[in-house]
Amino acid sequence: MEARVQTSKRERIKPKEAMSPRSMQDFVWKLILTVILLAFAISMVLPFLWMISTSLKKPIEVFAYPIQWIPHTFQWDNYKEVWSGPRSFWIYYWNSIKVTGLTVIGTVMVSSAAAYGFSRIRFKGRDTVFMIFLATMMVPDQVTLIPRFILFNYLGIYNTHLSLIIPGIFTAFGTFLMRQFYMTVPNELSEAARMEGANHFRIWLKILVPLSKPTLVSLVILSFTWNWNEFVNPLVFLNKKELFTVPLGLTNFIDEAGTEYSLMMTAAVSSILPVIVLFLACQRWFIEGVVSSGVKG
Amino acid sequence: MKLKHQQAETLSGWLFILPSVVGFSILTILPILFSMVISFTEWNFLKGLSGFRFVGLGNFLKMWSDRWFTDSLKNNVLFTAVTVPFTMVLSLLTAIGLNRGVFFKNPIRLMIFMPYISSIVAISIVWGVLYNPSQGPINGFLHGIGISDPPKWLASSTWALPSIIIMSIWANIGYNMIIYLAGLQNIPKDLYEAAKIDGAGPAACFFNVTLPMLSPTSFFVLITSIIHSFQVFGAVFIMTQGGPGSSTSVLTYYIYQVGFSFYDMGYASAMAWILFLIILSVTLLQWQGQKKWVNY
Repeated sequence: MEARVQTSKRERIKPKEAMSPRSMQDFVWKLILTVILLAFAISMVLPFLWMISTSLKKPIEVFAYPIQWIPHTFQWDNYKEVWSGPRSFWIYYWNSIKVTGLTVIGTVMVSSAAAYGFSRIRFKGRDTVFMIFLATMMVPDQVTLIPRFILFNYLGIYNTHLSLIIPGIFTAFGTFLMRQFYMTVPNELSEAARMEGANHFRIWLKILVPLSKPTLVSLVILSFTWNWNEFVNPLVFLNKKELFTVPLGLTNFIDEAGTEYSLMMTAAVSSILPVIVLFLACQRWFIEGVVSSGVKG
Repeated sequence: MKLKHQQAETLSGWLFILPSVVGFSILTILPILFSMVISFTEWNFLKGLSGFRFVGLGNFLKMWSDRWFTDSLKNNVLFTAVTVPFTMVLSLLTAIGLNRGVFFKNPIRLMIFMPYISSIVAISIVWGVLYNPSQGPINGFLHGIGISDPPKWLASSTWALPSIIIMSIWANIGYNMIIYLAGLQNIPKDLYEAAKIDGAGPAACFFNVTLPMLSPTSFFVLITSIIHSFQVFGAVFIMTQGGPGSSTSVLTYYIYQVGFSFYDMGYASAMAWILFLIILSVTLLQWQGQKKWVNY
């Protein structure tokens, strides 16, 4: 099953009609549906709105009822405290940027190469290996977590960022996503290049990679988000605070903040901001990536 | 000549997948095999390799009389049984609504999708405060509408699991809605036209066209939601640490406890394999069942 999110072009092209009773009825329905869905959507973002508003409040205002959605005075000092205080978020941010950046670069390279091999070259053993890849996707992380912990201890990379970056690079997901795309590229393109004597490496780098830019963007965005949010691996593989990534740093911050709820919310806002901004800026690729990786059929 | 060409193809094929295969073998295949071995042993990591002792099926037998394990399993089943249907129905309804055409379609979709991209740590912390039994905004609201004795949410052993369930439904609607939207857009429009010509009303269209045509999508959503919900961890870890008592402990959380707080690696691995077997059998059952209700 091939699935792509289509923007509703059809609706846009449709010529404007005069308001007949029929289209009047349609309009009313559309309006009612909009109100219902909008109400639902707003209730879905209420926790975010509360988080943002609380992040700018004084501790004493946090639980005032009825809820004061817009604080009397904006306590920007909360942000100053989270970012510059003794538990500064900078270090977690830097760690996350480093880990996420290197992981994403690695994933993109490894998975697009593997995807090329799995989709554009016929060779013995290919489909068996691919089936094994497929089958292991069902194995939950908990099964591999303990042996990895032992392995990383043995290799001496426990409590280093490598213990997050290395497993982050080798995920079956990226290979699947890229393979999905490579399968749709007509063979004639690479055949023509072959005739002119190009080898597979050139075909991959000069033809397939440039063609796959939109899918690559999706992969970059999705793997950035997942690695930025990753919680279990850092929890298991890191225990030095100066190595913590943002989610783990956030839990650490909460443990130390005790009941300073407004500061907790400031930290929470700080932790999800990059992902939200990225999502708002690139939602088309984001959603296309989710759909094409999800609906494998 | 032909043979040589084929050999060259095989070589370059393997070269392309080599980095992936090496990484995968070391980080996934090898650990899976190793985990299988240690699940038959009693082994405390802190004692080093000398503490390694084969106990056969011992771990797999003792877990059934371990209250923490059975409670966690029960909670997992309950969590899945409530979260999955609610998430599916709500995401389907929203997708159908959006697909029928509304104003502000994009912003609405965006707002509903937002929880899915946010880190589970951050949203668990926010919900943890929202659920605060004495002063939190949720109970503030419930008091406000005249409920004098609202639930104590995370602090109550009856309400802690439902609290996590509510948050999980909220967090997962967006993803499934996107998948359903894609499925809806793949339904050919002429099917509806044909149904209308046959005199079908909106309800008949929904039950005879939309639902059957969406069945492959529903199948995908069902399987991934079940697998996903059996692996719930972050919310439990942040919001309740499995408590009060064992009321919100789930397998992933208990495995983490046994493995990384008690360093009882053998027992933890055995339980991880039970988790895998559950996921595997649910998936296989569904593969069997799909023939009955999925139309391709």
